[in-house]
Amino acid sequence: MEVGRSIVRVDAFDKVTGRAKYTGDLIDRPVLEAAILHSTIANGWVKAMDISAAQALPGVVRVLTCFDAPDIQYPTPGHPWSVEKAHQDVADRKLLNRRVRIYGDDIAAVVARDALTAKKALALIRVEYETCPVVLEPREAMATGTPPIHEEYPDNVLRHTVSEIPLPPDSGFQCAQEVLDCPGYHAFSGHYETQQVQHCHIENPVSWAYMEGGRITVVTSTQIPHIVRRVTGQALGIPWGQIRVIKPYIGGGFGNKQEVLYEPLNAWLCTQVGGRAVRLELSREETFQNTRSRHPISFDVRAAVDQDGRLMARECVLVSNQGGYASHGHAIAANAVTGFRQTYLDQIAHRSEAYTVYTNRSSPGAMRGYGIPQANFALECMMEDIALEMGLDPIAFRVKNLMPLGYVDPLNGITCHSTGAAACVEKGRQWIGWDALREKYQNQTGPLRRGVGMAVFSYKTGVHPISLETASARIVLSQDGAVQLQLGATEIGQGGDTVFSQMAAQAIGIPTEDVRIVSTQDTDTAPFDTGAYASRQTYVTGHAIKKAGTLFRRKLLDYAGELFPGAEGLDIRDRTVMDGAGNTLITLADLAMEAFYSLSHSEPVTAEATAHVKDNTFSFGCCFAEIEVDIPVGKIRVLRMVNVHDSGTLINPALAEAQVHGGMSMGLGYALSEEMKFDPKTGRLLNGNLLDYKLPTAMDHPELAALFVETCDSSGPFGNKALGEPPSIPVAAAVRNALRHATGVAVNTLPLSPQRLVEEFWKGGLL
Amino acid sequence: MIQVWNAVVNGQPVELGIDPRESLADVLRERLGLTSVKKGCEVGECGACTVLVDGTAVDSCIYLALWARGKQILTVEGLQEPDGALSPIQKAFVEEAAVQCGFCTPGIILSAVEIVGSGRTYTRDELRKLISGHLCRCTGYQNILNAVERAVHEAHKFVGGEETQE
Repeated sequence: MEVGRSIVRVDAFDKVTGRAKYTGDLIDRPVLEAAILHSTIANGWVKAMDISAAQALPGVVRVLTCFDAPDIQYPTPGHPWSVEKAHQDVADRKLLNRRVRIYGDDIAAVVARDALTAKKALALIRVEYETCPVVLEPREAMATGTPPIHEEYPDNVLRHTVSEIPLPPDSGFQCAQEVLDCPGYHAFSGHYETQQVQHCHIENPVSWAYMEGGRITVVTSTQIPHIVRRVTGQALGIPWGQIRVIKPYIGGGFGNKQEVLYEPLNAWLCTQVGGRAVRLELSREETFQNTRSRHPISFDVRAAVDQDGRLMARECVLVSNQGGYASHGHAIAANAVTGFRQTYLDQIAHRSEAYTVYTNRSSPGAMRGYGIPQANFALECMMEDIALEMGLDPIAFRVKNLMPLGYVDPLNGITCHSTGAAACVEKGRQWIGWDALREKYQNQTGPLRRGVGMAVFSYKTGVHPISLETASARIVLSQDGAVQLQLGATEIGQGGDTVFSQMAAQAIGIPTEDVRIVSTQDTDTAPFDTGAYASRQTYVTGHAIKKAGTLFRRKLLDYAGELFPGAEGLDIRDRTVMDGAGNTLITLADLAMEAFYSLSHSEPVTAEATAHVKDNTFSFGCCFAEIEVDIPVGKIRVLRMVNVHDSGTLINPALAEAQVHGGMSMGLGYALSEEMKFDPKTGRLLNGNLLDYKLPTAMDHPELAALFVETCDSSGPFGNKALGEPPSIPVAAAVRNALRHATGVAVNTLPLSPQRLVEEFWKGGLL
Repeated sequence: MIQVWNAVVNGQPVELGIDPRESLADVLRERLGLTSVKKGCEVGECGACTVLVDGTAVDSCIYLALWARGKQILTVEGLQEPDGALSPIQKAFVEEAAVQCGFCTPGIILSAVEIVGSGRTYTRDELRKLISGHLCRCTGYQNILNAVERAVHEAHKFVGGEETQE
């Protein structure tokens, strides 16, 4: 079995020897450097620009401004393109913008012989602005009389949706509101808020572009090379086939590189200097200010619970701060309310309402979990708070209401094909010693107190039926009997290349060591796949690999059948073709030589397949955390923490565990320390660097434990389902619930930073 | 105003003309093609550009190349044995699944070389502190610590020094 082996990553050797090449390492020709002029206002217009001094600086090749850029609005998110106009992404972005919508908006660019000259030239550009008041919060943006940030959206609401699941016909209620107001049920309401945080991949966005044969090649650090091709074509208004995108190894993405942010500008600048190579590399500060982040969302939730502790109805009303540009549009807020609904079952009703609102903040977009870490914080705070209000055991209350096997979402049809949710909870409970600790940490006094908390999550796998799910795989025989695997799916650090290789090996019947994956995607040759996001690749691309592998195996065996007429029951084992009786007929290496060079029938075997996946399934899991809080200084120390996941069958348990560690770490930063802070007067990001933005270091972590409950999902290609994003989801709520256990104080806003905790402890009478 | 610069890089004497304003990271990356030296912030916050100068880990992005003149510089390109075998630290990173996107990996490996080279052992918490100048977003540092700890223990076992302190 190749699936299930904890083999070493296929790229580990190259990465520890410094041989793995990333975008910035590959420049093989003289290259000009581009630098971007960012606005020093957050809201308004560029009225005029004087570039004469910049243009005159020796070494400057060209200065291009928002008055020169094509007047084309294009969409940036890394969604599969929709052929239905109503489902197409919001096109609210230009290469360079006269209408300034965030502090640091891109308004001009310099191309120069070197980076220093380019930066000096930026300082020589004079800009005249007309300014509007800065609006950083949705409430202000939605208030009557606030000028629109985008004229197409006069009230600054990008989208507002309301949804309600159909009520059972015999419920006796007409709508969710009636259930929530029903005096026979325990009524709960709560307000929870999450903050804006960033991905903080260690490699900043970088690309370089050149023209060859009349076409533009863009080498870029992206999760989605085929989508970069499409969006670049759209932004420049040229046929998509005129663009070639190359994606080498990337230094992390986490969703930030699931958006096409600077490749179009890079490609356009290249065309403006006669096709000479131009590099566009963002600084860390630009990455913070000008790329994406996680949406700050505020939640107002209600629930009606019966005396047995069953959820009768819930309501989730959320407002998502979209910043200056639509990015992924309403999709993330919509996903958040959907995720809020799905983990638990409502007996009667569920109502959701979601607002996505433009403001002048740096624009949030896709980030690991796509709205669900926010929704999970609200949901799992709520579940804890209900349990405590009603005197229920928080775990029993959750388990009683969990999504059951066979659940079909009433609005999008996503089905629960497998669930290990309750088993995950039980495993986590045992690991942390829940019952003893809940008992032990009751009635504490003094400044140092301990607590234990937990949170549960569910997460879908891929984007069906909201968007298209398609992936292609190509398998090519080598003369030595090994194979080459070509995919449009991308390795972004998660270990994709390794598990794809294992899947191909499993499908063909050869060892993983005989699968050589082509890690780099070149859109001229890589099969079509929309890329790394939505924890989709092992599921969707996995189906394509399985299909191509099965086809390849059949072709190999058919060819062997020609060589050995009359042989029956052919099978591939131990790198040989055997017959049904177990006799070795031919080694794969000899078979391959024959297939390549036979004078009677030459057929170097290849197989290619596309999987258009029209199914989806849920992953589950939970986090348990034991913490100690120093009340006077408001500092939480996480003592022990475990995530338990049901991601179906694990393709590579060691890599799965490593993936969970990373997600837990991201969740920990979300819980305790990370927050992008903006100056309310100017809209400028105040802590856009890795010193002032508090990314957790090794010293800020406890030991991380990752456990699994393996199920076999009938819809997954190898029984597998989502794993990439889920580990980051439940951590913040688990830590918050542990804090509530330790202190009795419910802190409903993230992060649980010292300043906030001390304020809350004051209010709660602990200080 | 190009100046002559020389150093011993990965065991080989090197002589180059450089601009005195150049960082060591730029000289190693752009002039010598040692692209394992990664840049994640260029202000000494992330540790990705760490190299060893005379055995000491430095952020090469904020270290002028001139300061390293005449010194021994080590990058991960110089870590493999002459026969191609991985160094024990590299091997530990591979086998402990301590590598994900790989961007912070060369820098942390070099800090680990410095740690292991000290000839003593460390508690887990001491190791956390010693690698805290390196930011990693993929691993939660868990397997990185496992790899560094393993390399420290193996080196210590090999040297046959004092008992490990736990």
